Amino acid sequence: MSELSVDNVLGIKYLTPEDIQLIHRTADQFKEVINRPIKKVPSLRDITIANLFFENSTRTKLSFELAEKRLSADVINFSAAQSSVKKGETLVDTVNNILAMKVDLVVMRHPNPGAGVFLSKHVNARIVNAGDGAHEHPTQALLDAYSIREKLGDLSGKKVVIVGDILHSRVALSNIYCLQKLGAEVMVCGPATLLPKHIASLGVKVELNLRKALEWCDVANMLRVQNERMDISYFPSVREYVQQYGVNRELLDSLDKEIVIMHPGPINRGVEITSDVADSDQAIILNQVENGVAIRMAVLYLVAAKIRRNDQ
Amino acid sequence: MRQNMYLCPNQQSLMSQKLLLDATALHLILNRLACQLIENHDSFENTALIGLQPRGSYLLKRLEQLLTQEYKIKNLQTGLLDITFYRDDFRRNDEPLKANSTEIDFLVENKKVVIVDDVLYTGRSIRAALTALQSFGRPQSIELLTLIDRRFSRHLPIQPDYNGRQVDAINNQKVKVMWQENTGEDAVYLLKNDNA
Repeated sequence: MSELSVDNVLGIKYLTPEDIQLIHRTADQFKEVINRPIKKVPSLRDITIANLFFENSTRTKLSFELAEKRLSADVINFSAAQSSVKKGETLVDTVNNILAMKVDLVVMRHPNPGAGVFLSKHVNARIVNAGDGAHEHPTQALLDAYSIREKLGDLSGKKVVIVGDILHSRVALSNIYCLQKLGAEVMVCGPATLLPKHIASLGVKVELNLRKALEWCDVANMLRVQNERMDISYFPSVREYVQQYGVNRELLDSLDKEIVIMHPGPINRGVEITSDVADSDQAIILNQVENGVAIRMAVLYLVAAKIRRNDQ
Repeated sequence: MRQNMYLCPNQQSLMSQKLLLDATALHLILNRLACQLIENHDSFENTALIGLQPRGSYLLKRLEQLLTQEYKIKNLQTGLLDITFYRDDFRRNDEPLKANSTEIDFLVENKKVVIVDDVLYTGRSIRAALTALQSFGRPQSIELLTLIDRRFSRHLPIQPDYNGRQVDAINNQKVKVMWQENTGEDAVYLLKNDNA
């Protein structure tokens, strides 16, 4: 297979296992490209990409922008803070206005779950979801799975635990879909208040005790506590959260195996993981960031490949 | 010359094939090409042979074997270059382009580079390879070695510096290079689509 089964990358839910493997294989080649002295290829030189960020983002936006530039695409950036969204323009109008300037592909982050799917039904452009509310963040899950594959080999049969704020996390849902499609076993672990009610219906194990979860897993993906999304208090205090769900050196040393530690960033050092763990060889946090560019290049390349010249 | 007919499984059409080079002829040509390279590059001190993925890699491997084993060239530098991301037909083909790996673990800065590919047809792959090579530095010079040069079919002003055999083939014909390593036989065929 050398083509994605979908036109837009809106979520891992809509991708087949073959799509994910194709993205990973393509990313292998782009990873080689971004480690060259000259890190740029001309593939997308006749494609224009709009990065629409209706919600704050630093690393995802940088990563996408770098991926686009390394593919030689023309890039325009838009962030909601300085836009007409504040003046009351609707999403479809905003995007159609941008598309009228002959944009081929839209990379969108939006605070509302399903914004990408909605948009794909109402506008005529290819869309890559860069995070929609607490719903999905497909490229993050693809790069997480890619980083695990790079470290441990084939994902099938691997055990991955996602720890922390599952309730507010788009990374968690995309990761669950992605890991399961690649044959890995997934567990979620966190305070009961931060686990969605029917999460087990996705076929994941649920564990409230961090030590038990870490003893079970090969990989622990530590999520950030998303204070900005918390309208009520989900745990008594940060100190109590750290005591029960923070990973530190002593805890890792007391396990009978060495597990891989991941974090999608930004890290709250001393909350979900301590500094010495984050900076240790067990953590592949910076590999994730590097792989992020390669994965996004692969996704953009494969989505653009489906825009035929005669469509334009 | 052997002539036979067979049903090509991919195209579901009747193809006839003509043997252009048998194993002996192919080996003679490979030896000649190796000698010509030695004539121009002496000890290969500052030379790198770059095979184009995917099919140039077989030819490169053979030349490498000959040069290092038969002609005792030491420290021969070789690499494989994938040109997928540099091709000019991205999004113009029905078939999406599939990438192969690039294996060049050195800079070509100030080196004499020889691009190695099996069949020179339109010249577009070589154009892409020239662009792709720039990502690895500024070579002192670039030469082109091809096993088969299809005359009269070039779209670009590109000619080989070292050439195995020149072939007159028209557009509905295809030149197929077979190697022991992947098909169990060393030979070059000219395939002709009789339905076309």
